[in-house]
Amino acid sequence: MLRQIEGSRAVAGAVALCRPEVVCAYPISPQTHIVEGLAELVKSGALTPCEFVNVESEFAAMSVAIGASAAGARAYTATASQGLLYMTEAVFNAAGLGLPIVMTVANRAIGAPINIWNDQSDSMALRDAGWIQLYAETNQEAADLHVQAFRIAEELSTPVMVCMDGFVLTHAWEPVDTPAQEEVDTFLPPYEPRQVLDPDEPSSIGAMVGPEAFTEVKYLAHARLMEALDVVPDVADRLAEAFGRNSGGLTRSYRTEDAETIVLALGSVLGTLKDTVDELRADGLRVGVLGLTCFRPFPAEAVRAAIGHARRVVVLERAFEPGVGGIVTQNVVTAAPATEVHTVVAGLGGRAITKPSLSGMLRADRLPPLTFLDLDRSLIDRELGRLAAARRSGPTAENILRDLGAVASGIG
Amino acid sequence: MAVMPIKFYQTGSFAVGGRLLGEDQRSGQSDRRRINSIDCGHRACQGCGEALGARYALDAAMRATGNRMVAVNATGCLEVFSTPYPETSWRIPWLHSLFGNAPAVATGVAAAMKAKGRDDVRVVGQGGDGGTVDIGFACLSGMFERDDDVLYICYDNEAYMNTGVQRSGATPAAARTATTPAVGPEPGAVFGQGKNLPMIAMAHEIPYVATATVADLRDLEAKVTRAMEFHGARYLHVLVPCPLGWGSASHDTIRIARLAEESGLFPVFEAEHGEVVATSKIRHRVPVEDYLRLQTRYAHLFGDEPRTGVIAGIQAQADRNIRRHKLLGEV
Ligand SMILES: Cc1ncc(C[n+]2csc(CCOP(=O)(O)OP(=O)(O)O)c2C)c(N)n1
Ligand code: SF4
Repeated sequence: MLRQIEGSRAVAGAVALCRPEVVCAYPISPQTHIVEGLAELVKSGALTPCEFVNVESEFAAMSVAIGASAAGARAYTATASQGLLYMTEAVFNAAGLGLPIVMTVANRAIGAPINIWNDQSDSMALRDAGWIQLYAETNQEAADLHVQAFRIAEELSTPVMVCMDGFVLTHAWEPVDTPAQEEVDTFLPPYEPRQVLDPDEPSSIGAMVGPEAFTEVKYLAHARLMEALDVVPDVADRLAEAFGRNSGGLTRSYRTEDAETIVLALGSVLGTLKDTVDELRADGLRVGVLGLTCFRPFPAEAVRAAIGHARRVVVLERAFEPGVGGIVTQNVVTAAPATEVHTVVAGLGGRAITKPSLSGMLRADRLPPLTFLDLDRSLIDRELGRLAAARRSGPTAENILRDLGAVASGIG
Repeated sequence: MAVMPIKFYQTGSFAVGGRLLGEDQRSGQSDRRRINSIDCGHRACQGCGEALGARYALDAAMRATGNRMVAVNATGCLEVFSTPYPETSWRIPWLHSLFGNAPAVATGVAAAMKAKGRDDVRVVGQGGDGGTVDIGFACLSGMFERDDDVLYICYDNEAYMNTGVQRSGATPAAARTATTPAVGPEPGAVFGQGKNLPMIAMAHEIPYVATATVADLRDLEAKVTRAMEFHGARYLHVLVPCPLGWGSASHDTIRIARLAEESGLFPVFEAEHGEVVATSKIRHRVPVEDYLRLQTRYAHLFGDEPRTGVIAGIQAQADRNIRRHKLLGEV
């Protein structure tokens, strides 16, 4: 049924259709509306049997999910930003124990300075946690990816993170088609745990493993994650068969066949990129877009196949690795070493990524290896000058805000 | 679960759980048809109070639940010595996740059982004092506050033993640990407020809170059995001397636990819904010195120049406990 609905509510509805048995979460913007929606469904009895656990922290949220999943229940949680970092230890643990938990990350920047707006620093920081990571371009895709996530997670006994851009998607109202309960029931079989806490067949889960077996255990976890490269597209195909729409898979190409320059990105910025590319094409520029739906495991082969013919690839990063540069870039370079790859860091902390900026960047003949889109150089230079004069560290963000004439904390 | 024939290698009617008693009066340990929660072959030190306490507590829980239970374990000695992969000493369904999240993981298991309609399966969470009073404290308090159906057992050996005997929030004043060495003008752990988790648990007004020691295993079993009669959050705090960390003889574990009780340093009581309902009275009161002298973690108090002031301070703590909990039987 096509409905005009907020992204978060669409996701809550999709998750509910998957019949989770334990839902737990700790509030953090911009994730809140998702779990509020689920709390309502559980409290009203619309989603049953399901336990909604109001925990005291994100660390507890992931821990409750771990316990529930190990006891054989389909478990779900959602978080963002500081919350994701706060649960980090348990996030790695869920993957190490092979528990098919599904978690939404409503992508948000990481402080300090504290900032509630969207970028992808949070999920990118946990890219090595052993979770499958899927990134939604639209709210339709966000909703559909959750249904697929449970199936992928349970097929591989590996947790899945569905990342959707905070506010841009979570708080946007747009039409989303939701399947009927029976359709989801046919698509998603009940959770059958690989190993379960059961008095009828006791097992020890989470043993201490020494050097003689640890590498092998980790290798097998890697191998299972790599299987996702087959399972993710397969599940997307099945969804297309069942629901009649294609949302999921590893990558998505847009006008790339004959493209000289390909922009590679993840998440909601793909829409703006496609519009920009259409405009540039009208001017005769041969540009295309490659969207990455699956970032972990990294679909190296699919990426190579999609960009191999291009003269250059611009990776639009919504996060970066201080001291290095682009995170996604490094994966692209490894996948396609012969291709010229540039990094453009854009949209940090919710900074708008505009079509003029993007087309300016793409029209430029030469791009430096690392660019920060729309960086205000004058502010940087002024602050660097101030630091050089004072020879001590100071509150950079507050200084910049004062220069901008904005009222900042502690400044009158 | 396979039935283990009872092994009569222990001596004394207390240690073996009263095998000289009638069948109906026996403890779980001397039931011939009993199933072990923790099997032999684990790697605990000789005389480990934690291994003993955990075994009695969980065997009693199994008995109380008809073996329908799941145990969740925090990181610590108990977890490490019982599960050297590919071996395991656990004959019950058992899950270890992390150091600081055992109460929340146990909550997750309980929530799953509830959602699945398996009302018969009960959940026990457990951890050392570090995992309980320090790093896992927020998760534990959350579990109490929500009144989740979990019995949480803290095995208090008064330090981080698994990482080499460092101070925890439960380390007593003046005790030497690797991070409170016996050097300087005030050697050992400083005198502070301490973190009295049984009292903090009571303040949550959960259905059941109790303390116990491995000196009275029948009492420990009875408390586990009682705890299992309640639903909701329950807390059991068990004093488990650690020969390695306390610098005591392996054969003195039970004796030291008893002296902790009889000196007044470790009050043993039961509380329901925030109110004390029973207290174990001191039978033969002893000065704290009798307890302290058996442990090298206090050796610096008894050097060439005995630190009488420090010992008096510890005695004052014991006296305060005796007054507060009416441990001497006065009304
Ligand atoms: C987050 C984290 N910090 C530190 C550790 C290291 N660590 C493992 S066990 C332990 C101490 C355990 O002490 P306690 O809970 O008192 O149990 P015991 O070993 O004394 O039985 C520590 C510090 C860890 N595993 N995880
Ligand atoms: S160090 Fe202490 S708690 Fe750990 S196994 Fe040895 S005696 Fe037991």
